[in-house]
Amino acid sequence: MPVLSWLKRQTASRVPVWLWLLVFSAGLLPLLHGVLGVWFHWLGANPIEAVTRASGDWALRFLLLTLLLSSLRRRLGWGLSVRLRRMLGLYAFAYAAVHVLLYLWLDQFFDWAAIGEDIRERPFILAGLLAFLALLPLALTSTRTMMRRLGARWKSLHRLVYGAGLLAVLHFWWMKESKSDVSEPLWYAVLLGMLLLERLPLLYRQWSGRSRVRAASGPD
Amino acid sequence: MLIKKPQQLTENAVTDWGLYQRRREFLRGMAGVALLGAGWFGQPALAVSPRPAGDTTNSWEDITGYNNFYEFGTGKGDPARNAQTLQTSPWDVVVDGQCARPGKYPLEDLLKGMSIEERIYRLRCVEGWSMVIPWQGFELGRLLKRFEPTSQARYVRFETLLDPKQMPAQQGDVLDWPYVEGLRMDEAMHPLTLLATGLYDKTLPNQNGAPLRLVVPWKYGFKSLKSIVRISFVEEEPETTWNRLSPEEYGFYSNVNPEVPHPRWSQARERRIGEFNKRNTLMFNGYADQVASLYAGMDLSLYF
Repeated sequence: MPVLSWLKRQTASRVPVWLWLLVFSAGLLPLLHGVLGVWFHWLGANPIEAVTRASGDWALRFLLLTLLLSSLRRRLGWGLSVRLRRMLGLYAFAYAAVHVLLYLWLDQFFDWAAIGEDIRERPFILAGLLAFLALLPLALTSTRTMMRRLGARWKSLHRLVYGAGLLAVLHFWWMKESKSDVSEPLWYAVLLGMLLLERLPLLYRQWSGRSRVRAASGPD
Repeated sequence: MLIKKPQQLTENAVTDWGLYQRRREFLRGMAGVALLGAGWFGQPALAVSPRPAGDTTNSWEDITGYNNFYEFGTGKGDPARNAQTLQTSPWDVVVDGQCARPGKYPLEDLLKGMSIEERIYRLRCVEGWSMVIPWQGFELGRLLKRFEPTSQARYVRFETLLDPKQMPAQQGDVLDWPYVEGLRMDEAMHPLTLLATGLYDKTLPNQNGAPLRLVVPWKYGFKSLKSIVRISFVEEEPETTWNRLSPEEYGFYSNVNPEVPHPRWSQARERRIGEFNKRNTLMFNGYADQVASLYAGMDLSLYF
């Protein structure tokens, strides 16, 4: 396929600057929209709710894009698009951090007793918090130095991204369930499900490979 | 407090309906907000509903642009976008059940002889936001008495229009259509309970529940159903839409109560639309003096 080979040529050796810049600026657009929207009153009667929702939406979208890029990289052999993946992942984390901050500040006004109660009493808050906590070590170990230092463990650590994805969808689902409208989280659940399914053969191969090794090294 | 004690109201304190209609035509071009402060007009209305201290009336744009009206979509902006398909004239309301004068009444007949007054009420949504809205309407109880409910009538059941052609989101199954709500008889007869026909001295916009909607200011907003086509006097507590869908989240009473959290969020505070900081939610949405006695002796965490 000519399109595929063109894409491969574009990205096999390194991420071209224009692509890097494109993705980088695209990632800033939701932030820009939120800031300008608050400033110029685009966001309707309840702008705080609007930016809180939007930051959560974009965290989840960037998370799914990160997983999608990994799939494409494996299927198409995109070489150093790992740099792009890191950027998308960091955007997912950044929007999640904004989302959490907006909750702590504009929803709870740093009332830690109320926040504690919210976490204890409301599963959807707990799920969201855990999703964010799962992303935190991934963001912290996203540098090349940390990748090198952690070696093989880096890959295992970064499997946390699946947990974060599942928890984030659950968080969204449980929130919308109370409004009897899960159509949006259902879309994210389907997309996440597809991305996880795509990985199943890979995980299975790794798992069976490991158990073969274990069987071989076990006592005869 | 939003309105004076009902017994202080007199018939001559409110504007005649016919006069009111002509006035509205005259005022159509004027900005609604200015009317609230306009001395000559505001006199009778303001005597009924002085704006409470610390509560600022929300703007027309907020009140008509940020709505929950699932018949037109689940987004807050959907009703304003989609509700033009609603045909509010002609409009009939079926009255049935335990009453001496059931029937199908054209809206004009229902409004005949009803003096329309202004009531500035707080509206607290179960989702945790609130507004202050200048409604025009009349006390529900005054209408209900006309149908001569019998002693068997212990509850009033209300139904919103069911017509997927006019209400496109009814083609989906987000809720069990038609939307049903209900009140205990004494709640329905309470002088705070309003049937609204307008807001900001304009005809009620479709997205706010035209042509006739309920306003029960001490209950969460979803109790105040919109675009009413049926009023039934019933013996048993009616099954209501949200209560049937999720009984542990939405009680039949759904009185505003900061001490009873929704399972998924606290109800202790609320965001007044247009304000940055949250306010503490008041018991019965601040109408405790008028309505707390209705629930004397009831465990409100049980009958939430």
